[in-house]
Amino acid sequence: MNKEVIIETKGLDLTFETNDGPVHALKDINLTIEKGDFVSFIGPSGCGKTTLLRVMADLEQPTGGTCTVNGVSPHEARMNRAYGYVFQAAGLYPWRTIGGNIKLPLEIMGYSKVEQEERVSKVLELVELDGFEKKFPWQLSGGMQQRASIARALAFDADILLMDEPFGALDEIVRDHLNEQLLALWARTHKTIGFVTHSIPEAVYLSTKIVVMSPRPGRIADVIESTLPKERPLEIRDTPEFIEIAHRVRDGLHEGHSNG
Amino acid sequence: MKSFAPVLTVVGAIFVIWYGAAVVLNSAWAYDKAKRADVTLSFSEMVTDTWSQEKPLLPAPHQVVKEIYKTTVLKKITSKRSLIWHGWITLSATLLGFAMGTGFGILLAVGIVHSRAMDMSVMPWVIASQTIPILAVAPMIIVVLNAVGISGLLPKAFISMYLSFFPVVVGMVKGLRSPDAMQLDQMRTWSALKPTMFWKLRLPSSMPYLFPSLKIAMAASLVGAIVGELPTGAVAGLGARLLAGSYYGQTIQIWSALISAAVLAAALVALIGLLQNITLKRMGMLR
Repeated sequence: MNKEVIIETKGLDLTFETNDGPVHALKDINLTIEKGDFVSFIGPSGCGKTTLLRVMADLEQPTGGTCTVNGVSPHEARMNRAYGYVFQAAGLYPWRTIGGNIKLPLEIMGYSKVEQEERVSKVLELVELDGFEKKFPWQLSGGMQQRASIARALAFDADILLMDEPFGALDEIVRDHLNEQLLALWARTHKTIGFVTHSIPEAVYLSTKIVVMSPRPGRIADVIESTLPKERPLEIRDTPEFIEIAHRVRDGLHEGHSNG
Repeated sequence: MKSFAPVLTVVGAIFVIWYGAAVVLNSAWAYDKAKRADVTLSFSEMVTDTWSQEKPLLPAPHQVVKEIYKTTVLKKITSKRSLIWHGWITLSATLLGFAMGTGFGILLAVGIVHSRAMDMSVMPWVIASQTIPILAVAPMIIVVLNAVGISGLLPKAFISMYLSFFPVVVGMVKGLRSPDAMQLDQMRTWSALKPTMFWKLRLPSSMPYLFPSLKIAMAASLVGAIVGELPTGAVAGLGARLLAGSYYGQTIQIWSALISAAVLAAALVALIGLLQNITLKRMGMLR
C-alpha cells in the first residue's frame, strides 16, 4: 500500500512567547497523513492538538522543523485553497441565509453565480440540509448550524478537511448522529480529514489513524492505526475490537500524563 | 400601542409642571401690574394673567403652540418670520454637517482599525477634539472661514461635522472590530484579502453599532448648526431666532424656536431609527 502523502511534519516545534515567558506548545512532531486518511488528534487541553491543526492551516507559524501540505508550505497550500476548515463554533454570519453563508467562500474565490447555486444545493444535500437554503442561522438548531458550516467547508474543491472539535458544543445524541453522517460524507467524497477531539469514543469511531498527544510540551504520545473496517455502524462501539483500541488510546493519554 | 400610555403619562406630567412653573415664575409680574393699576387680583385672575402675558418669564405651553402655529401655518414659507424658513436653514446645515461628519467619521474609523499607527496617533486627538468647548471655537470658525470667503451654509456645517464625527468614529471603530478572532481566521482559511474581509465581514458586522452612533451624531449636528448660527449676528435659522428673541425679551419666540428645534431633532433621530429597523430587518438581524 503506497498512498500519496498529503500532510507531513518533520521535527515540528512551536514556542509561543507570552508575558509569562515562553510556552512550548509543540515539540518534535513527526507525522505523516496520507490521502484519504481520517486522522484524529486527541489529548487533554493544552496538548497542542488545535495548535498542530492550525499550523497545518497556516494560522500559526512553527518556530522549528518543517510542515508540508500537498508537498508545498502551509502558506502556499492556503493560497491554493487546499483545505476547508471547520471551527468549534459554526461561525455563520447572522446577516446571511444558510445558502448565503455557504456561498461566501465561493464569492471570495470568484465562482460564477450559476456555479455558486449548483454547489450550494449539492453540499446542502450532502449534509442533509436541503430546503434550508433560505433560512437564517438563528432559525436552525446548533447541530444544523454546525452541519451548515461543514457544508460551507465542502463547497469549494478542497481535498483536505480540517476540523477543530466541530461537535464539541453539541449534546451526545446529536453528536452520534453527526459522526455517522460525517463518516458517510467522508466515504462519498474521499477527502483527507484532520479531526481534533477530546472524546475517546468519537476518535476511535471516526478515525483510520489516532494521534494521541500529551501536554507540556505538546508532543505525540502514540499513533494508533485503526483496525476497524471502513463500514462502521454505531453498534461497532460495543465490539471487543473497538474497546481494545479505545483502551490503547486511554493508555496513551495516561502515559503522556504521568510522564509530563 | 402599549408604548403610548407611558409616553402620554410623561407628557401629561410635563404639562402640569410647566403650567405650574409658569404661575410661580410669572406671578410677580402679574402682582406688580395689578399694584400699579391699583387693583387686587383674586387667585384665579392671577393664574389667568400668568398664562397670557406678552413677555412672560416662562410662557405657558398654549402660548408657545399658538406662536408656532402663527409662524408656521399662517406665514408664507418664504417670509423671514416663518419658522419653517428658519427651520430649513438650520436643517440644511445640520444635514450637510451630519453627512460630512458621518463620512469623515467612517473614514477615520476604517483607518484606525486597519493601521496601528493611526490607532495610536489619531485616536487620542479624536478624543481631545471633543474636550474643546464648541461655543468658544464656533465664532472663530465662522470668522476665519468668512475671511477666506466662505460663508452661509458651509461654516455651520463644519461645526456640525466637528460635533458629529466623534460618535461615528467611536461606534464604527468598535463595530469594525467586533468580528472575533475565529471569524477573521475563517476568512484567512479562504485566503481572503483585507478588502474582502472589510466588505464581507467587518462592514456588515458594524451595522448594529453604526445606527446608535448616527442617532447621537444627528442630535449633535443640530446643536452644532444652532451654535453656528449664534455668532453670525442672528441673520437666519433657529439659532438666530433664539438670539433675536433673547435680545428683545421675546420669550415666547425663544421657546417656540426651542420647541421646534427639539421636535426637529426628535423627528431626525426617529428617521434614523426607522432606517435602522429596515436595514437590520433586511439583514436578518432583527428577530
